[in-house]
Amino acid sequence: MQRGKGMKFVGDSRIKSNNRMPNKPKDYSEYPGKTEAFWPDFLLKEWMVGAVFLIGYLLLTVAHPSPLEGPADPTNASYIPLPDWYFLFMYQLLKYTYASGPYNVIGAIIIPGLAFGALALVPFLDTTPERRPSKRPLPTAFMLLAVASMIYLTWESVANHDWEAAKAQGVITDKDLGLLPNVEIDESSPGYEIFQSQASCIGCHGGDLTGGTGAPMLLGNELTAEEVKEIVINGRGGMPAGAFDGTDEELDQLAEFIASLKEEK
Amino acid sequence: MLNKIYDWVDERLDITPIWRDIADHEVPEHVNPAHHFSAFVYCFGGLTFFITVIQVLSGMFLTMYYVPDVENAWKSVYYLQNEVAFGEIVRGMHHWGASLVIVMMFLHTLRVFFTGSYKKPRELNWIVGVGIFGVMLGLGFTGYLLPWDMKALFATKVGIEIAASVPFIGEMIKVLLAGDAEILGAATLTRFFAIHVFFLPAVLFALLAAHFIMIRRQGISGPL
Repeated sequence: MQRGKGMKFVGDSRIKSNNRMPNKPKDYSEYPGKTEAFWPDFLLKEWMVGAVFLIGYLLLTVAHPSPLEGPADPTNASYIPLPDWYFLFMYQLLKYTYASGPYNVIGAIIIPGLAFGALALVPFLDTTPERRPSKRPLPTAFMLLAVASMIYLTWESVANHDWEAAKAQGVITDKDLGLLPNVEIDESSPGYEIFQSQASCIGCHGGDLTGGTGAPMLLGNELTAEEVKEIVINGRGGMPAGAFDGTDEELDQLAEFIASLKEEK
Repeated sequence: MLNKIYDWVDERLDITPIWRDIADHEVPEHVNPAHHFSAFVYCFGGLTFFITVIQVLSGMFLTMYYVPDVENAWKSVYYLQNEVAFGEIVRGMHHWGASLVIVMMFLHTLRVFFTGSYKKPRELNWIVGVGIFGVMLGLGFTGYLLPWDMKALFATKVGIEIAASVPFIGEMIKVLLAGDAEILGAATLTRFFAIHVFFLPAVLFALLAAHFIMIRRQGISGPL
């Protein structure tokens, strides 16, 4: 068995200097300069770079706690989706006419597939022995173009996204945390019956009165019966006018019931 | 004492070549930032590995609290974030590390590209590197679902729709990822957890090993 100790290698590789591999890299001793032992000299310097990096990394972690939105609710149809930032350029690409709709395959599969495939096959596309970027203008130009378009698409995606709405739609509510206001629901009242029988009521505000997509929780509201009636008849915000289906008397009972859902202090 | 132990083991296992690969090799001047400051671009690969190690460690700690189940996933992350000692830091490191690993890997790729280091004889190592890039993106995609919050669910919905638009095999990919032809739910979450924690890391470790064995065998490419 040939021992490693005392063997001469090419550069920092394990290719022995006496072997005749035609593609062996040049020995670094052929270049003027100082080599350095990896262990422990270079590793120590590398660790200093790592330590500086780690400090920045930890500062980022402490300054910006990782985001968490409300729990997943598949029934929410109004949520505007957004992938993590490093997929934004692909997401943006799918918004252009010839990369979406009937051309979806172009934007979703062909362009990313070509780009990734070309990246993987770079050594076989650029086969000249020349290594300087300036001496191989085509590969350099293609890569610069690819990087520029990724930056541009990411920028466009960020500029076009409604960050205010994104922030609002992700808020963790008291309901998510199971922190419902302390309200006694009188389930024997006629108003409760009416509420449960109205599809337009429970569709948005929920059978448990805790609200839903775009509709506020009714538990612990601050409204009087008159105001509730007003809102039911005329609508408010995202709530359409005239959603209630029933007699005026039933409306009075319903308003009375909703107004009774006050938080007990 | 240490030398004696080393010699004792070396006599039986011939570990010198291994030790040489890991530690006892020369680092050429052109990659050493102590000699040329601009050589810091050669640190990107090492920093990518450094963050990968942090990702593995922080991920191991996260699984001590995380529950991959639709009822409890979000609650466990909320608890981890707000109640567990240093949970916010550990989750924060995993969250930001996921972004940083993409950034550093991207910079490392550009460094290798613009120094022409992928050229003969290093073609295979470049291909393995692109494979690592793909696995990292897969880890980012699957990990994004795990907190089971609103953005996770809807981003994954979009992602799976894109996968489903692949001609011919799109539907099969969709069912493979989501665990169901229609619903993105409990089966999807457990699958993504398994892919994120077992399948992709296994592939990643194999590719990293190949990447490192090749770089040691061939050495770093010479100066331009």
